[in-house]
Amino acid sequence: MYETTYSRAKDANDAAKKLRAADDGKYLAGGMTLLPTMKQRLAAPSDLIDLTHIKGMGDIKVSRKNVTIGAAATHADVATNAKIMKVCPSLCALASHIGDPHVRNRGTIGGSVANNDPAADYPAAMIALNATIVTNKRKIKADRFFVDLFETALKEDEFIKAVTFTAPKKAAYAKFPNPASRYAMAGVFVADHGGTKTKRDIRVGVTGASSGGVYRAKDMEKALKKSFSADALGVCKVDADDMLSDIHGSSAYRANLVMVMAKRAVAAVS
Amino acid sequence: MGIQGIGAPALRKEDKRFLTGKGKYTDDIKVAGTHYAAFVRSPHAHAKIKKINSKAASKMAGVVAVLDGKQLTGDGIGNIICGWMVHSKDGSPMNMGAWSALATEYVRYVGDGVALVVAETQAQAVAAAEAVEVSYKVLPAVVSAVDAMKKGAPQLHPEAKNNLIFDWEIGNGAETDAAFKKAANIVEMDIRNNRLVANPMETRAALVEYDEAEDHYTLHTTSQNPHVARLLLSAFYQVAPENKLRVIAPDVGGGFGAKIYVYPEEIACLWAAKRAGVSALKWTSSRSEAFLSDAHGRDHVSTAKMAFDKNNKIIGMKVDTIANLGAYMSLFSSATPTYLYATLLSGQYNIPNVHANVRTVYTNTVPVDAYRGAGRPEATYIMERMMTTAARQLGVDPAELRRKNFIKSFPHQTPVIMCYDAGDFGVSLDAAMKASDYANFEKRRKSSKRKGKLRGIGMSCYIEACGIAPSAAVGSLGAGVGLWESAEVRVNPVGTVEVLTGSHSHGQGHETTFAQLVSDRFGLPAENIQVVHGDTDKVQFGMGTYGSRSGAVGMSAIEKALDKVEIKAKKIAAHLLEASEGDIEIKNGEVSVKGTDKKLLWHEICLAAYMAHNLPEGMEPGLKEGAFYDPTNFTFPAGCYICEVEVDPDTGETTIVQFVAADDFGKIINPMIVEGQVHGGLAQGIGQALLENVVYDDEGQLISASYMDYTMPRADDLPNFQVSTTETKTPSNPLGIKGCGEAGAIGSPPAVINAITDAIGNNDLTMPASPQNVWAAIQAAK
Repeated sequence: MYETTYSRAKDANDAAKKLRAADDGKYLAGGMTLLPTMKQRLAAPSDLIDLTHIKGMGDIKVSRKNVTIGAAATHADVATNAKIMKVCPSLCALASHIGDPHVRNRGTIGGSVANNDPAADYPAAMIALNATIVTNKRKIKADRFFVDLFETALKEDEFIKAVTFTAPKKAAYAKFPNPASRYAMAGVFVADHGGTKTKRDIRVGVTGASSGGVYRAKDMEKALKKSFSADALGVCKVDADDMLSDIHGSSAYRANLVMVMAKRAVAAVS
Repeated sequence: MGIQGIGAPALRKEDKRFLTGKGKYTDDIKVAGTHYAAFVRSPHAHAKIKKINSKAASKMAGVVAVLDGKQLTGDGIGNIICGWMVHSKDGSPMNMGAWSALATEYVRYVGDGVALVVAETQAQAVAAAEAVEVSYKVLPAVVSAVDAMKKGAPQLHPEAKNNLIFDWEIGNGAETDAAFKKAANIVEMDIRNNRLVANPMETRAALVEYDEAEDHYTLHTTSQNPHVARLLLSAFYQVAPENKLRVIAPDVGGGFGAKIYVYPEEIACLWAAKRAGVSALKWTSSRSEAFLSDAHGRDHVSTAKMAFDKNNKIIGMKVDTIANLGAYMSLFSSATPTYLYATLLSGQYNIPNVHANVRTVYTNTVPVDAYRGAGRPEATYIMERMMTTAARQLGVDPAELRRKNFIKSFPHQTPVIMCYDAGDFGVSLDAAMKASDYANFEKRRKSSKRKGKLRGIGMSCYIEACGIAPSAAVGSLGAGVGLWESAEVRVNPVGTVEVLTGSHSHGQGHETTFAQLVSDRFGLPAENIQVVHGDTDKVQFGMGTYGSRSGAVGMSAIEKALDKVEIKAKKIAAHLLEASEGDIEIKNGEVSVKGTDKKLLWHEICLAAYMAHNLPEGMEPGLKEGAFYDPTNFTFPAGCYICEVEVDPDTGETTIVQFVAADDFGKIINPMIVEGQVHGGLAQGIGQALLENVVYDDEGQLISASYMDYTMPRADDLPNFQVSTTETKTPSNPLGIKGCGEAGAIGSPPAVINAITDAIGNNDLTMPASPQNVWAAIQAAK
């Protein structure tokens, strides 16, 4: 690792100020991706500004169906939070399968969402839950937040303070892990937000598979609005040309996995 | 602890320090004034070094020296050798290319060492290594052995035309060809054995202490055989004379073969310590460096053919193998795909005609050498996939086809050198079939089908050659060393015992099992017995630990030394108790005259030996004996593994629902440790079958260079193993031990693949059977 200067931000203003003052500063929100990258000498920020000690950053609030999760909440916090468990257990289940115990106790939801790794789990949930990403500057809907692989709508000194969403009626996440890294090779989050019989609100977020990163599977949503069943997805086609390909999964295999995981998520919801 | 003799499942003495974080590994050793080494490694698979500019690096903080390959060879450091001469079938010796510890003119794989930095701290050394500017002329590279043999392929070494190292054969070729002409049925398959990284938990490390006044070196290093390392470093690499070099292999966290060899880093650090004028120099491999520099394993491509008569008896076996040895010939790289491999191509079967041809090839990849099993897993994978494939083709039960062809009388001379001394293959097969409820498998298949899962069962009846090896025999086959073992038993005046052994424990539990031999022999509490190993200043010489040899060969040497101690102790006792030697009995720490109440305590005899006030006429004082043991034959552990899987047809994911192992290891000293060895071997074998795979891209970049892409087996990938043992003692050593360290890794891969191919109904499946590969095979069969 190259030498770097580590400091803890006291509050949001302090964080932004420290970043602007740094030569090549980076926010740190758990470091489960950034630190290994630095250890490999593939990243060399002059300064690390740790956001996780800002007061209230790790708070989780649930009021009726409205959920607000502070950016510094760890995966373990989310996985074991009794209030979230009551209104949106599928998110707890998702968090409980991220990485290993070390990662779950250091990695945070804000870090994962901001990093937008194409194989991360949370982005699929943010899309399907129609979440709002609250930053130190503004509020951004998940649909517009995730731009491309490792790319988000966040500006230079902007950082995530929290994510909020209204808990769906029912939801489920099905993931097929990469055998080596255990990141998602295909992860599908299906959320049924209710609505009227003629206008059901169903959202499907897909991670791990697409060469464009996390995406909203609108064709699957359409099929599920007609009939909420795994079989209903039979009319949908996942195009292999849009998928990632690596030594663990060809694009054809990933396209298959997306469909299989989507069906399993739907089956788990219904 | 008390008396813990042969057969006791004694808890491991060494585990207290290992499990409480108190082990002392090379990197734990702190020496005042230690400097640190970092290596500059080639980013290219094949290139000519144009220029090394170390100006900027030399000026960096804390940097003492930046050294390169020309300086190293200029100082007379010798090239790295392959220690086993193999001749091609035309009689010509193998074509070994030069391998210098730091590259001088060409680099031949990504990770090849180009220069070395010595600095005051590790961070400074790493930073300076990055600042060394090397300009390369990049050359075309080749990573597959098959491609390397093609016309126009990049050439690695001028010594090896067309990258061919040797073209070797074994067996009775003409008779085998004749047998195939008479065959009623012929089974033929192309079989690939995937390339692996050993991945011991502790990465390699070296700490050199250089004493300028004495011109003496001490090397602490992660070695499975410190004495062989000293021999190579002094006699071949000219680092220091043997009497000026002490090699210590302290606690070592796993080896699996990859720590047998003396690597460029150890040689370079020894040389650099003196050259840079530092009193101590340390290098500890990062995990990333380990992927790029530890010897890889396996990597064979073969075509196998089996001929059957009309009664389904095998009448011929023919194998053509191409083995990828990487960019340089590592220490045992020539023996692994020949004498450790093709000599097992008769398996457990009575096959009158066997012929194998092996071509070994240079490629722009990390050198390949012995890895847990070394050649024998490759042979077993071929034999046992062929047997199951043949059974399917002939329409007979795989168990019955095997049973029909088993060797049933011993000794049995195969057409490929080996003479099996003892075994009972039917007993292992019966035990495994019973434990796996083989008879009712089809019911279980049906119930899986109802859940939408494909269930399959597969077996593997393996045999391997261990206890390497009779020195004269391996010498005649080209080995550069003898493969005996040494031991010394020192009985102290108070009756405690130190056992010095040339074997080296790096996870095997020798401190416990070797002590059990002594505890058993004299009835002494285990805590009074100390096993000393891994230090060339303490143990005079030894051949180290690999090839499942420490039980069969290492303990046999101890047994011989114990015989001598017992004889002398009895002589002293007979003298003191005024009885005849033949009537003396040593039991439970007492030395008594049979049939009388006359006795002395064990420590009284020991004290008498050292006081020497009253010894038999002419007897030398003391109670210390040494022995060398050279085995009379290999040993032949064998067994039957049965694997049952469920495959998810939608994702191709395989779950092992049952794994049964029935092994015959001969005499067992500590059944708990043996079971642990089987578990570890199975984890690695299943790892090869389902998960692990080295992947290079066409330019020779290692794609699977970290755990993000190289799939190590994890606990949740593995089932609860059902293991059991049967026993036929080997007559080839005094204890009847066959060895158990590698069996799991040797026997399991074909059992897993046979089960999956049974489940999916497609025999065309290569390792690793990753979800993607299995899914693709299911699609192909549709």
